[in-house]
Amino acid sequence: MTKLTPLSEAIAQHVHDGDLVYAAGFTHLIPFAAAHEIIRQGKRDLILARATPDILYEQMVAAGCARKLIFSYSGNPGVGSLRILRAEMEAGRLEYEEYSHFAMITRLTAGAANLSFLPMRPTGSFDLARANPQYRTLTCPYTGETLVTVPALNPDVAIIHAQRADADGNTHIWGILGEQKEAAFASRRVIITAEEIVDEAVIRSDPNRTLIPAMVVTAVCHVPYAAHPSYTQGYYDRDNALYLDWDKISSSPDTVKAWLAEWVYGVKDRNDYWAKLGVETRARLAVRPRWSEPVNYGEF
Amino acid sequence: MNYSPSELMTINAARLLRDGDVVFVGVGLPNLACNLARRTHAPNLTLVYEAGVIGAQPARLPLSIGDPTLVSGAAAVCSMYEIFAFYLQRGLIDVGFLGGAQIDRFANVNATVIGPYSKPKVRLPGSGGSAEIAAWAKRTYFITPHQKRRFPEKCDFVTGAGGGVLRAALRGGGPHAVVTDIGILEPGAGGELILTALHPGRTVEDALANTGWALKVSEQVRTTEPPAANELWFLREELDPQGIYLKGAA
Repeated sequence: MTKLTPLSEAIAQHVHDGDLVYAAGFTHLIPFAAAHEIIRQGKRDLILARATPDILYEQMVAAGCARKLIFSYSGNPGVGSLRILRAEMEAGRLEYEEYSHFAMITRLTAGAANLSFLPMRPTGSFDLARANPQYRTLTCPYTGETLVTVPALNPDVAIIHAQRADADGNTHIWGILGEQKEAAFASRRVIITAEEIVDEAVIRSDPNRTLIPAMVVTAVCHVPYAAHPSYTQGYYDRDNALYLDWDKISSSPDTVKAWLAEWVYGVKDRNDYWAKLGVETRARLAVRPRWSEPVNYGEF
Repeated sequence: MNYSPSELMTINAARLLRDGDVVFVGVGLPNLACNLARRTHAPNLTLVYEAGVIGAQPARLPLSIGDPTLVSGAAAVCSMYEIFAFYLQRGLIDVGFLGGAQIDRFANVNATVIGPYSKPKVRLPGSGGSAEIAAWAKRTYFITPHQKRRFPEKCDFVTGAGGGVLRAALRGGGPHAVVTDIGILEPGAGGELILTALHPGRTVEDALANTGWALKVSEQVRTTEPPAANELWFLREELDPQGIYLKGAA
């Protein structure tokens, strides 16, 4: 059954005001096109969960989509602060719930496995547990050791970008795998955006690369370049220049508003955005191929 | 020979790495230090990145911890859950680097907040991988400019546990050295940081004046070897030719 849907329809149908949204991807494959569509559609009161909010959630918060943030590292990777989020948190205007990376990913893993919580070994960093009562402890029933627990995270909707998927939603991802698989299995609805929609035979030629199976996917959207300024391994590079520029753009709410007006509200869709980026930027982000050796699955 | 404080710290941190170490690499100066060590005395260093990359051989200096150059040519890629659970919690990581706005007398590190948690004066990015790296790496190192505000007696918030009482029952070996632009601090009895080395031209007084507690000084403070020509060459010509990380006083 085909789940192919235009991105605007998928967002309209499957992302509702007040939803807990997990836009997955650790540095790699961050689903910017979907986030920009959420902003354009004026979704409100979302709970935005991500290990690294990145400039993705900064843009969504600046656009007024969010009522709460759940995160584990709220910085601009390699650059510094996420200035808007920092200012909102310092002013007490944005509710937030905070973990370490491991605790955040453990929450998703519990959610994916239909468990109510999962344990981790203690880290001795008690201040985080004091700041966030979702951290609890239990005595291991086998060894008597004290373990730290965090509750399952089950988002209403996960948004995941990938290199390729078939129309059913079987999804191939390679490169940095982050928490996409856990987010997909933990969520009630899953929207896939993909650089390429391929025939089912392409997926079946390399089943080990299927990170997400069709049975957990709600909608599949064909959106080339959906990750920019993040990247898609083998397709286009990370736009580090934009991440560096964002430090200046985010220095005031007005410059962020102007950026959103030009690059989110001012474009119709991702095709429009990619065209607007211009020849030079597109050439700068092009990557030379480096193929893997094919593997032999055998004919039976 | 002239060198910047960042170059001095990076080179001294690189020298702490042993050939064969499995290192959890952070961005910025730790990344430079690891790649410098791999080109000089530690060619068999295994670089592990928290994004889930094992045995990376980056062809360019990654700005972010999840750059695509880390993946191409790496030995393995895994999920974030696996990198933290199977590698770090399991005890496979020899060395972790930590950074933060504050490091205190017992090498607790604060990457979360200046001021009270509920009413932040300065909201920092937060733990990321710090809490687990501090707890479970066999040795942790810090690279930080030596300034009083960065070295308070006690952190406002402990993001990663240091070498004091918080250490009990943790599997990792805890803090082993703090490399600053003045010298090197190492934990002594009870996990308290003491001054054990000075860089050429720096004095005990420099260190005392820039530390927020009554810093104890080792009976035998050594002087570090100045940066060598080949170390500076690799840093400047190969690893950070545009000076993204090395320019300025850090």
